[in-house]
Amino acid sequence: MLLKNDKISEIINGKRVIVKKPELLAPAGNLEKLKIAVHYGADAVFLGGQEYSLRANADNFTLEEIAEGVRFANQYGAKVYVTANIYAHNENIPGLEEYLRALEQAGVHGIIVADPLIIETARRVAPKLEVHLSTQQSMANWKAVQFWKEEGLERVVLARETSAEEIREIKEKVDIEIEAFIHGAMCSAYSGRCVLSNHMTARDSNRGGCCQSCRWDYDLYQLKGDKEIPLFDENDAPFAMSAKDLNLIRAIPTMIELGIDSLKIEGRMKSIHYVATVVSVYRKVIDAYCADPDNFTIREEWIKELDKCANRDTAPSFFTGMPGYQDHMYGSHSRKTTHEFAGLVLDYDKETKMVTLQQRNFFKPGDEVEFFGPEIENFTQVVEKIWDEDGNELDAARHPLQIVKFKVEREVFPYNMMRKGI
Amino acid sequence: MKKPELLVTPTSVSHIHDLANAGADAVIIGQQRYGLRLAGEFSRADVKEAVNIVRQYGMKVYVAMNAIFHNDKVDELGDYITFLADTGVDAIVFGDPAVLMTVREVAPHMKLHWNPETTATNWYTCNYWGRKGAKRAVLARELNMEAILEIKEHAEVEIEVQVHGMTCMYQSKRSLIGNYFEYQGKVMEIERKKYEKGMFLYDKERDSKYPIFEDENGTHIMSPNDICIIDELSEMVDAGIDSFKIDGVLHEPGYITEVTKLYRRAIDLCAENREQYEKEKDELLAKIEAIQPKHRPLDTGFFFKETVY
Ligand code: SF4
Repeated sequence: MLLKNDKISEIINGKRVIVKKPELLAPAGNLEKLKIAVHYGADAVFLGGQEYSLRANADNFTLEEIAEGVRFANQYGAKVYVTANIYAHNENIPGLEEYLRALEQAGVHGIIVADPLIIETARRVAPKLEVHLSTQQSMANWKAVQFWKEEGLERVVLARETSAEEIREIKEKVDIEIEAFIHGAMCSAYSGRCVLSNHMTARDSNRGGCCQSCRWDYDLYQLKGDKEIPLFDENDAPFAMSAKDLNLIRAIPTMIELGIDSLKIEGRMKSIHYVATVVSVYRKVIDAYCADPDNFTIREEWIKELDKCANRDTAPSFFTGMPGYQDHMYGSHSRKTTHEFAGLVLDYDKETKMVTLQQRNFFKPGDEVEFFGPEIENFTQVVEKIWDEDGNELDAARHPLQIVKFKVEREVFPYNMMRKGI
Repeated sequence: MKKPELLVTPTSVSHIHDLANAGADAVIIGQQRYGLRLAGEFSRADVKEAVNIVRQYGMKVYVAMNAIFHNDKVDELGDYITFLADTGVDAIVFGDPAVLMTVREVAPHMKLHWNPETTATNWYTCNYWGRKGAKRAVLARELNMEAILEIKEHAEVEIEVQVHGMTCMYQSKRSLIGNYFEYQGKVMEIERKKYEKGMFLYDKERDSKYPIFEDENGTHIMSPNDICIIDELSEMVDAGIDSFKIDGVLHEPGYITEVTKLYRRAIDLCAENREQYEKEKDELLAKIEAIQPKHRPLDTGFFFKETVY
C-alpha cells in the first residue's frame, strides 16, 4: 500500500531506501528498564511520574529519576516522554503546574496527555514540553485530529481501533505526527470509555485504577419474560471481553510506508527481559526494512524471538480490519512463556572468556542458555562450571542478583542478556 | 428558586406526548448512526415530528451525536447537522471534536452540549469545552456529590447530571457478543442473534447482572443497578445544577413515564416547598421501587461513594 506522493523513500544509487524512518518508542517502567530500552535501540521511551499517570501502581519515577533518565537517554540521542494521561478530577488540579514545570526543568521532551486541563496548563507553564494527545482520547477520525492540530498539539496517538486504511486517510488530510501501537497489551474497550473497575472495585480506571475486569469470566444469559436463558453450553468457555495482546510485526512495512511517525510498544509493567527482547526485534525489523524495502522479508526467527517473552497470545487487532473471535481470549487469559530471563551480563574478559553475570533466575551447569543483545547475534551454549565472585565453585546459580562467573565461548557485552528455555 | 430542567429519553415519537404530560422539560432523541445508547431510534422524519410536538408543549429537544466517529462518517456529519439546524432542534450533544468542527462550519449558531460520557471529570475541562463552543457539560456518572457541586461552583457552562437510570460501564468497537457466538460455533445464528434484546452478563463473584448489547457503535455493557436519587436532590437544586437527566435506555416506555412524573413532583417540591419534599421524598422513592423491574435494583450510583485509584 504505497502512498502516491510520499517523501518516505528515495532512490539512492539506483536502490530505494526509506528516508523517513519512524521513531521506535518503548515503555520504561523504571530507570533500569529505561536504560535497557535505550541501549537495545529505542529512539524514545515513555514513562510515568509519581502523579497524573495511568499505571499508578507501577514503580513510577521520581523527579530525580526522570532527570537521570533524560541524561542517560540524551547520551544515545533518545527522547523521553512522560505520560500525564489521567482524566483529572477537581482534586488533582492543585500541584499540576508545579509538576509540569518540574518536568520541563528535568529536560523531558514531551508529555502524553488526554485531559485539556493538562494540555492548557502545560502550554501555559511549561511551553518547552511537546504535547502529545494520549490514546485515552480515542481519536479515530481525521477531523478530530485536525481539531487537536489546531489546538497546537505536536502529535496524536490514535485510537487503537483505527485501521491501516483509516490511518492513511488521516495522514493524508492532516499534517501532524501520528503515533500508533505496534505491540503489547491493550484495552478491549475504547480507551477512556471503560469504567468497569469503578463499578466492580471502586477504583477509578481513568486515573490508573483499572484492575483489568475485562479479563474476568462472565456468563452470558438472555432474559425472556421472567426466565434467564443461558447462552452457553456446559462445555463452552465463559464469556470475556479479554483481547489478545497486539502484535504488528508483520505490518511494520505497511506502517513505515504509511508514514506513521512513531511506533509504540506497550508494557511499562513488563520485565527488562521483555523490553530488551521486543525492542531489539522491532529495531531489527525497522532497520532492515528501511535499508532495503524492496527486498525485505520478515524473518521467522524474529517472530520466534518475540514469542520467547510472550505470556499471552497475540493478534493484529484493528490494524488489518475488525477483530474476530480469534482476537479474543476465552477461558484462560494467559499462557506460560517459553523462556525465562536467567542473567544480565556485567562484564566479559576476552582473554579468559569469562563472563561476569548477575543472576536473574535459577540456572546450573548443564543448562542450555541463549545470549542476546544489540552487539551480538543470538547464540546458545551449555553452561559448564560456575563460580561465585570469590572464585568458589557453585553447584548452581541460586540467588537472585547473585554475581557469578563462567565461561562463554563467544564475546558478550555489558547489558547483554542470558535466557533459558522452560 | 431556579428549577433544574427535567430531561428525559423518549422511546418513540408518540412517547413524547406521555413524557410531556408527565412533566418533562426536554427530551433527547437521535439515531444510533450518530448517537450512543439511546432509548429509541428516531429517523429524520421522526426528528421533524418530535420538534413539532415539543413546540406544542413548550419543551426542548436535543439530538445525540455523541458517538466516537471514524473517518467513514465524517463526511456525512455536515448534512445531518444542517438538517438538524433547519429542523430547529435546540441543541446537539457531542463528544467527538469532529462534531464541534463541523458545527462551526455549517451551523455556527447551533447550541452544543459536551457529553463524552466517562471523561467530563473536572471543572476546568468543562470550561475548556465551553470556550470551544459548548453551552453545557454533561458530567461523568462516576463523580460523587461533592465533586459535582464543586464543578458547578466553578462552571462557566450549564451542568447536566444524570439522576436516574442505567449508565454505561464499557464500550468496545468489537463485536463481543457476535464473536462469542462464533467462538462457540453458532455461526448461522449470529447475524440475527447478536442484536437481540435482554442479554446480560452474570458476574458470580459480585452476584451482579450487567445488561449487554451490540449495535452500530459496538458492544455496550451497562451498570447492574439503576441510579435513583429522587430523595437526594436538595443539594444539587440549591447549587443550581441546570439539568437533571433520567436515562431510560433499555427500559419500557411506561416505566420511563412514571419515573418522569415522580421526578417532576420531586423537583417541584424540592424547589418550591422544601418541607413538603422532606416529608414526601421517601414515599416518592418507594413509588419508584414499586415499579422497578425485578432484575434492576436501585442504588445511588457514585453520588455517595469513595473511589480510589
Ligand atoms: S478493564 Fe480492560 S478494557 Fe477496561 S480499562 Fe481496564 S484494561 Fe481497559
